[in-house]
Parts: sequence; C-alpha cells; structure tokens
Amino acid sequence: MKDFQTPILVVQKLRKQFGLGCDHCRDMKPEHLEKNYCPKCGTVYACRDVSFELYEGEILGVVGESGSGKSTMMQCLYFDQEVTAGTVSLRSYKNGKNMFAESAQQKRYIRNNMFGMVYQNPIMGLNMSFSAISNIAEKLIAAGNRNVAAMSNRGQDLLDEVNIPLFRIKEPPKNFSGGMQQRVQIAKALSNNPPILLLDEVTTGLDLSVQANVLDLIKKIQRELNISMIVVSHDLAVVRMLADRTVVMLNGNIIESGLTDQILEDPQHPYTQELVYSLL
Amino acid sequence: MGTKYNFAFFDEGSKREIRRATLKAVAIPGYQVPFASREMPIGRGWGTGGLQLTLSLIGEKEILKVIDQGSDESVNAVNIKKLIVSTTGVQTTIDTRKATLIQSRHRIPEIPLNKEQILVLQVPIPEPLRVVEASEHKTKRLHSESDYSGAWLMLFEQIMKYDSVTHGADYPVIVKDRYVMSPSPIPRFDNPKLNNSEALILLGAGREKKIYAVPPYTKVISMAFEDYPFRVESFSGQKCHLCGAQGVYLDEIIDEKTGEAYYQCNDTSNCLMRLNGGK
Repeated sequence: MKDFQTPILVVQKLRKQFGLGCDHCRDMKPEHLEKNYCPKCGTVYACRDVSFELYEGEILGVVGESGSGKSTMMQCLYFDQEVTAGTVSLRSYKNGKNMFAESAQQKRYIRNNMFGMVYQNPIMGLNMSFSAISNIAEKLIAAGNRNVAAMSNRGQDLLDEVNIPLFRIKEPPKNFSGGMQQRVQIAKALSNNPPILLLDEVTTGLDLSVQANVLDLIKKIQRELNISMIVVSHDLAVVRMLADRTVVMLNGNIIESGLTDQILEDPQHPYTQELVYSLL
Repeated sequence: MGTKYNFAFFDEGSKREIRRATLKAVAIPGYQVPFASREMPIGRGWGTGGLQLTLSLIGEKEILKVIDQGSDESVNAVNIKKLIVSTTGVQTTIDTRKATLIQSRHRIPEIPLNKEQILVLQVPIPEPLRVVEASEHKTKRLHSESDYSGAWLMLFEQIMKYDSVTHGADYPVIVKDRYVMSPSPIPRFDNPKLNNSEALILLGAGREKKIYAVPPYTKVISMAFEDYPFRVESFSGQKCHLCGAQGVYLDEIIDEKTGEAYYQCNDTSNCLMRLNGGK
C-alpha cells in the first residue's frame, strides 16, 4: 500500500543569503530589512527560513512576485546554489538524511536520479548545440548508463511523448521554437523517472496556445506517472490549473499556504489578496 | 656563437621544477599537473612541452630519438634533435630499440617499448573535456569529482550523428579507472599501446602548461559504450608498398599522375629496419 501520510520531500528552514549579514539584520526581522535586503550592509535574504512539505503525486504551486525568492529556492533544491542554512530530506533517500549536507558527488547523484528540473530559460537546462536526443541522453549518461541503444530508445520514447517529431530529434535545440525547447527540457527532466520534478516558470514567455500545450503535458505526466512536482509561477492561472496546494512567497518568506482553491477564493494575507484581486 | 649554455639548455633550478611536476604526474596517473612552462627557442605549439620534459630528464649517457608523426627526418624532429644535441652532446639514433629517451609528436613507435625506455609525447590540448567545457576552473572541478558525463556525451553525439565515434586521433582514455586523459593526437591505432606499457610515458603541453603521465604497467582503457566497442583504424588488408608490412599504421598516399592510392609505413624507422632485414 502506498504511504500517503508521510511527505515525500520535506524542506525545513531553507535560508539563502547573499552577503555576510551584520548585527543589524542578522535576526531577519521585517523592521530591520527593506523588503528582503539590509539597508546597512546590503545583504540580500533571498529565502528566509522557508519550510514546506511535498506529498506523493501532488503538485505544489509556488507563487509570488519577482524577487520573492521562488527561483532561488528552486535552484537551492536542485543544488545549483549552496544554501546558507536549512535542511531538505527525501523519503526515498537514506531514510530522510539532510541532502544539503551531502558531498558534491552525492549531490550530483541525487540531481541525476531523484530530481528533474525544467528552467524558465531553456539555455540553462539544455546544451543548445548538441542534438535533442543527446540532451536527453546526458542525464542518463550522468546516471551511469553506458548503452547507446537503450539511451537512444528511451530518448525517442520521451521525445515522442512530448510531441517532438521523430525526424527532428537529431537537430540541436537551438533550431527549435521556444515551446519545443521547453518540451525537450521536460523530456530530459523525465528521463530517469525522477520521483520529483521541479518546474520553474515553464510557461512564461510562451504564447497562449503553446502554453496550453505544455500545461496539458504536465497534467498528463502527473496523471500517468504519478510524479510529485513543485511548480513555480507568477501566473495565478497556471497555478490554478495545475496545483493541488499552493504556497505564496513574499520577500523570501512563505506568507500563506493552503489548498489552491482556498487561497484563490479566500486569501487571508493582504499581499495575497492584492495578488488575487489584480488578476484580470 | 659565443654564448655558453648550461647542460641541456636549462638551468638546474628549472630542471628540478619540471622533474618535480613529472614525479607528481607519475604518482597520479592521468592527472594533469600544472608546471611553469618556460619560454623556449621554438614556438609554443611546436613541441615545447615535450622538449621541456626531454631536457629536464636527459643525461650524458642517454640515446635520443625524436619522431614527428612517425618520421625521424621531418623538419620538426630534426630541429628539436639538433637543439638537444648542441646543448648536451648526447648520441642520437633512429632505431627505436636502441633509444633510451624518445620524444614523439603524435605517434607511439610500432616496435614495443621496453622498461628501460621513456616516451615523451608532445601535447597541444591536454584537456579532454575542453570541447564540452570552456572554463579551466570548471574542468578542474569535473576531474576532481570524476564527472565525465561531458566526455561520454561527446561520443554519444558523434554516434547519433554519424553512427560511429569520429575521433580519428586524440581519442580519450580512462587511466587506472580514474582520470579521463587526452592521449595527445596519436591515432586511435596507438591507443592500445598505452595500456600496460612497459615504458614510462610522459606527456607535456608547453602552451597549456601541463605535464601528465602514464606510468609503466598502468591500465589505460579507451572510452567506449557497451554496444559501440572501441575500434582501431582498419587498413583492410593493405600493406606497405616498400617493406610489405601489415598490421602497422599506414599512410595513404595518392599518386598524382595515376590518381591511385597506395600505402606506406607511417613509422619510417620501423620500415627501414624491415628493409634492412631486421637490423
């Protein structure tokens, strides 16, 4: 039987600051900071003790304005950036050992086997001059696969899954449209069947019909593969469509969390209210 | 010329520094050891890395052989030989079996080397990951973490595009199950000779300021996927038109009058030895 009660991913007091901090700002009290940075020493507190949980098969939405720390949080979870403090644990990894404290090699193992990441900008997630199929193989190779036939089959299946025509899979992604690049990224992120997928503003900058395509794909992946996802977006419509639960971030803090419907219909925090009512 | 040079061109301090780097390279097979590459009387990219290694190691009793792409008599080989001889007075040979120190550009001799010999290879680009990662800072980190997915990806991309690995020379190898190493632009044909070699093999990159080594009896494996095994060049039954040798690395030469291709030993000293009846 599946365990629905214990979360698959637990993030506790994740903190990411840029700068050393000073006596004035170290307590991170709102009255000592201007938004998320200290006017005395210039330290930026991108994420201030962010804590949340992710359950199996669930999509967690993260909304907030630009600079609220959403992307920094995602990059910390994917080990693109070192955290200042905090813990993250995965149910399936060493009985919930804190992964931030692992060695660089272990982190790479976790990245390649436990997580898939889709960046807002495909340049971050893809090698633009290698073929689409090699891009997918990259993650498989990194996870230790050394069989060309197996990798190229897996790559073809995945690219087919995300509707990239078979005759274009040997082209480099730089020849592709923005929506196609995003779909290649999704295929790449899925290549190792990760239990968790991190999606950072995946539909931002895409036109509406392509957006709908990508969102459909994400929904389908969740339904069919039962993968847990964290979806970052500043677009409430995207979050409304995808997310079961949502957290709202402001100045590096989580200011509100709950069921997506609840947050969108009955926002409690003044900022969330502003955000919801400004929705066209 | 009135100028009197020190034995082997370098001052003793310089030799010591290069030898220290060399010792470290031997201690960590396949690891690129940085060293203070010196300004040489030949241009960078013309074998300064190999030359510095040779000059730091050479002694009065050494018997020197210098090869350039298999040939003992090409301009580059001759000039390097001249420079070394004029500052050391050592004996030279073209006979691979008699040489104690062999400096080579892009070939490992056909005659198997023995444990009394040292082979010095000249290297233009020592970093096997340079194609996939431009930053030295990052490639150093990738080596330290043994993260070679970039090198594998390069091979995979070639297989996807051309259905085979297209590295003709400088085919990357894994040394002692740890470091991925660029063997210098020797043909794939010579890669197996690196494995379990009796002779010490030293590689020097003057422009890139790196020394690395394959100590004797070290496991050196050419990178290859399970279902695309490593293959050397095949000459499909061709033989040298001079000495008739088969199973050696051959140059394809086109006769300009008839347009016909014929083949000739790349290793000239081996060819000559065969023509002289093995002497």
